[in-house]
Amino acid sequence: MGTFVPGTSAEQDQMLREAGYKNFDSLFADVPEEVRMKDLPEIPSGKSEMETYEDLRGIASRNKVYRTILRGAGAYDHYIPSIVDRIASKETLVTAYTPYQAEMSQGVLQQIFEYQSMICALTGMDVSNASVYDGATAAAEGVMMCLERKRNKILVSGCIDPRIISVIRTYAHGRGAEIEIIPEREGRTDLEQLGTLADSETAAVLLAQPNYFGIIEEAEEAGYIIHAAGAKFVLYCEPISLGLLKTPAALGADIAVGEGQPLGIPLSFGGPFLGYMASKAALMRKLPGRIVGETTDSSGRRAFALTLQAREQHIRREKASSNICSNEALCTLRAAVYMSAVGPQGLREVAVQCSSKAHYLAKKLAEAGLNLAYEKPFFCEFVTEGEKSGEILEALSNNGILGGLSLENGRILWCATEKCIAAELDRAAEIVKEVLR
Amino acid sequence: MKLLNEESVKGRSLSLIGKCDVEEYIPYSRFLRDEVPELPQVSEVTLSRHFSALERRSHGVNNGFYPLGSCTMKYNPAVDEEIAAFEGFTGAHPLQDDSEVQGSLQVIKDLEDRLSAITGMDAFTLQPAAGAHGEFTGLLMIKAYLESIGETERNKIIVPDSAHGTNPASAAMAGFNIVNVPSGPDGCVDLEALRQAVGSDVAGLMLTNPNTVGLFDKNILEITRIIHEAGGLCYYDGANLNAVMGIVRPGDMGFDVMHLNLHKTFAAPHGGGGPGSGPVGCKEFLAEFLPGSHVEEKDGALVRVRPAKSIGDMRSFDGNFLVAVKALSYIWMLGAEGVKEASQNAVLNANYMRVKLSDIYTPAYDTTCMHEFVLNLQKLKAETGCSALDAAKGLIDYGIHPPTMYFPLIVHEALMIEPTETETKETLDEAINALREIYDKAYNDPEYLKEAPHSTVIGRPDEVAAARHPIVHW
Amino acid sequence: MCLIPENLKYTATHEWVEELEDGRVKIGLTDYAQKELSDIVYVNLPEVEDEFEAGSEMADVESVKAVSTIYCPVSGKVAEINEELYDAPEKVNEAPYEAWLVILEDVSMTDGLLDNYEYAKVIEEEKD
Repeated sequence: MGTFVPGTSAEQDQMLREAGYKNFDSLFADVPEEVRMKDLPEIPSGKSEMETYEDLRGIASRNKVYRTILRGAGAYDHYIPSIVDRIASKETLVTAYTPYQAEMSQGVLQQIFEYQSMICALTGMDVSNASVYDGATAAAEGVMMCLERKRNKILVSGCIDPRIISVIRTYAHGRGAEIEIIPEREGRTDLEQLGTLADSETAAVLLAQPNYFGIIEEAEEAGYIIHAAGAKFVLYCEPISLGLLKTPAALGADIAVGEGQPLGIPLSFGGPFLGYMASKAALMRKLPGRIVGETTDSSGRRAFALTLQAREQHIRREKASSNICSNEALCTLRAAVYMSAVGPQGLREVAVQCSSKAHYLAKKLAEAGLNLAYEKPFFCEFVTEGEKSGEILEALSNNGILGGLSLENGRILWCATEKCIAAELDRAAEIVKEVLR
Repeated sequence: MKLLNEESVKGRSLSLIGKCDVEEYIPYSRFLRDEVPELPQVSEVTLSRHFSALERRSHGVNNGFYPLGSCTMKYNPAVDEEIAAFEGFTGAHPLQDDSEVQGSLQVIKDLEDRLSAITGMDAFTLQPAAGAHGEFTGLLMIKAYLESIGETERNKIIVPDSAHGTNPASAAMAGFNIVNVPSGPDGCVDLEALRQAVGSDVAGLMLTNPNTVGLFDKNILEITRIIHEAGGLCYYDGANLNAVMGIVRPGDMGFDVMHLNLHKTFAAPHGGGGPGSGPVGCKEFLAEFLPGSHVEEKDGALVRVRPAKSIGDMRSFDGNFLVAVKALSYIWMLGAEGVKEASQNAVLNANYMRVKLSDIYTPAYDTTCMHEFVLNLQKLKAETGCSALDAAKGLIDYGIHPPTMYFPLIVHEALMIEPTETETKETLDEAINALREIYDKAYNDPEYLKEAPHSTVIGRPDEVAAARHPIVHW
Repeated sequence: MCLIPENLKYTATHEWVEELEDGRVKIGLTDYAQKELSDIVYVNLPEVEDEFEAGSEMADVESVKAVSTIYCPVSGKVAEINEELYDAPEKVNEAPYEAWLVILEDVSMTDGLLDNYEYAKVIEEEKD
């Protein structure tokens, strides 16, 4: 059996004696006899490290891992620079707790401060928190923080990932907030409908940029409509695209949220991921989660510390805007290393390649007989419509390519990233052509 | 030290991805940003050294003792990290067909089964990403259950006054009103006050046991009975499960739904604040309300199934999967005997330290503790002017991370010490000596202690200035 | 020693009330309260036109490690808020009787307020 208890039985006996206890059982005298376990829990005996390693390697190998991935829909296969893994494996940074003790946590605090700075640079916002669980919870927290006594309605674009909408519905049911979906029109949020729905009871409106179908929204125009109704504009932005696209701040958003996974975090069957949240200065005190601030120490040296803590659950308790405590700090480290490794031009280059390759794939698929569902500008994802979607995806899989995500009515949501080489995109299109022949 | 942005030199970069092998094509110029984002421009060696310096300015379990009460800072096994980095786990897309991710589904199923056995629950979800997220999940399940039986007038959640702040915050997010019940002089729930607080409007109770002062509430069966008889449900906050694995199960104590912290009890590392994982377990009658998907065996294969009356989704996909992998690896290694041994030694280590300190420091409750204990430093403060904060900061100069301070709120000048089972007797003895020296220092040289720590890269930060005029980015 | 000016009215929850000539009232935090709270880092004020019953929660003040509720001493509608405090919360510490929080109009329910002697007694009892 494996164990991480270092004490020998002689040491344990000695400690029991010195603490005044006869045996281990006497330490648990307060546990009522009738519920004290007579037997060990019904799980197998312990294994050695070697057995555990080998057996779990066997289990891991039962997952099919693709070299070419043309599926995104919330989890994206980007190149991860080696330096990201190297730095994110540093034992102290991996095993440290939340940096409540500033004097011995300057490293973790500075790293989070740097992450916040990069998120602000990316989004154009004034303040970023130290992360929430993932993009969907960032979206949910983002709209919930806008609720006011007289504004209890949230409008959510129908062109948002249905998984995000599901999370928002779950969160809203708790608070008793009302959710309405703004209909989709030709792949974009219907702004006319937005104008009708947004009113004096609307707290926040959520759009995605690019949206679930990959299409770039007329977000600036949406912002005018939202603000005219006195509501807050929450924009869910894919972070790689921000190397290229207008910032949420420039588009008029009050709050920017999104999934930070594309920034150096592996697919990992969906987690851990990274929810980023940033806002305009006016909303800083409503932003949930931890925030690191810069200050000075007793002798005037630059110091970092968790700040604005009176917003948080450990002080404000039931009046806090969120209950979040643990976040995704180690993923902020990955994102910060990623962003500084690629740098501003590098991020732009990744974005350019994603978009160019997606357009190349779309062109090749059209030649193969799969047509674009919407004639709208898109970033690195797009929807096709046509016959035989099941057979297409199966044929691709048999050839080692993870095809797009099957949507309803034979539609497929495709994605290309900088990792997809032209020859593989050609091969994918050939396979599709073969199926449709 | 400098920020990365201050080490940035225009034009520096790494060579990471090759030239684009298709035609560059960006047919939407009016949507483009005017300038590239102001990210650092650095070389790889700068990055390497910068983060090495940040690592040196931090404290992890690898650096020294970390007796942070209620956080269970046990050693994080090296092999867990290697296993979680297997390509089969890190390379799987969450939206692959079930048939292609049988390995991931097996991890989820196996972990759910083992957590059920350890806790006495019937079903689990791994979707919640942290403990607080698990609390929120469990409370939404209680709410959904009460709605399903038409008892929507039940809108009160009872929380002891010693509870962690996430409990009332989670209950508020789930739309409940919070009723605080006081603790008795013994640190446990005041049964009389509890009886008076329950009624036809009670939805449930949230409780840790051992509780936040480190004591096992021996009235636990009476407590859960009072709630059940009033028609409420009992929620177990698993933050302190490390004391009682293999000793007693929440499911047998009368709890209906609970969460665990894989990043505490099951040795997944804290990562400087996360990622965690907060699986939620429940009794059979609540299983149909679980969020996300449940892994079941069907025709010899594992499949994801949505529970019939699911509360929905707490986040995208199936949870912090890699954290679950680490927890499973840990449980496999420990096995049935190992989990019990872990709890026994966590409790032994805490009591050993408590007894060895109680002649000079005042335990808040002078009785057998579980995995942690609370000291009350009011007397020290009155006599020397040195507070719990000063004593805690003094420990830093011994290379020991301070205990949790000023929590729970019902103990004044509190220091909450949780040694965990993975520390050697030598480490415990060194910490005991350090705390004894600090005690002497408070009487001999209080000013020195009030200025502690003396050995760190900064002294105490000006938190007032930080909060009054926040500087939150470069 | 805490200042308790005799021209003001008080509450047992440590707010002061100044009755203005136009019938409106000015509300702030007492010297005793600001000392107990120590360094105030933020003041959360209500919005103009918000209406409050006497004794209901109206605002809160934050120190680094605590948050304290401010109760409305009388019933009324918010006419003005002291926005200066958003950028300079330290004024509540420096000059508690100048750093008012809100001005209320349509005021009623002023009967329960304490005079300076009664308030001094409240503080004495709290210290014991």
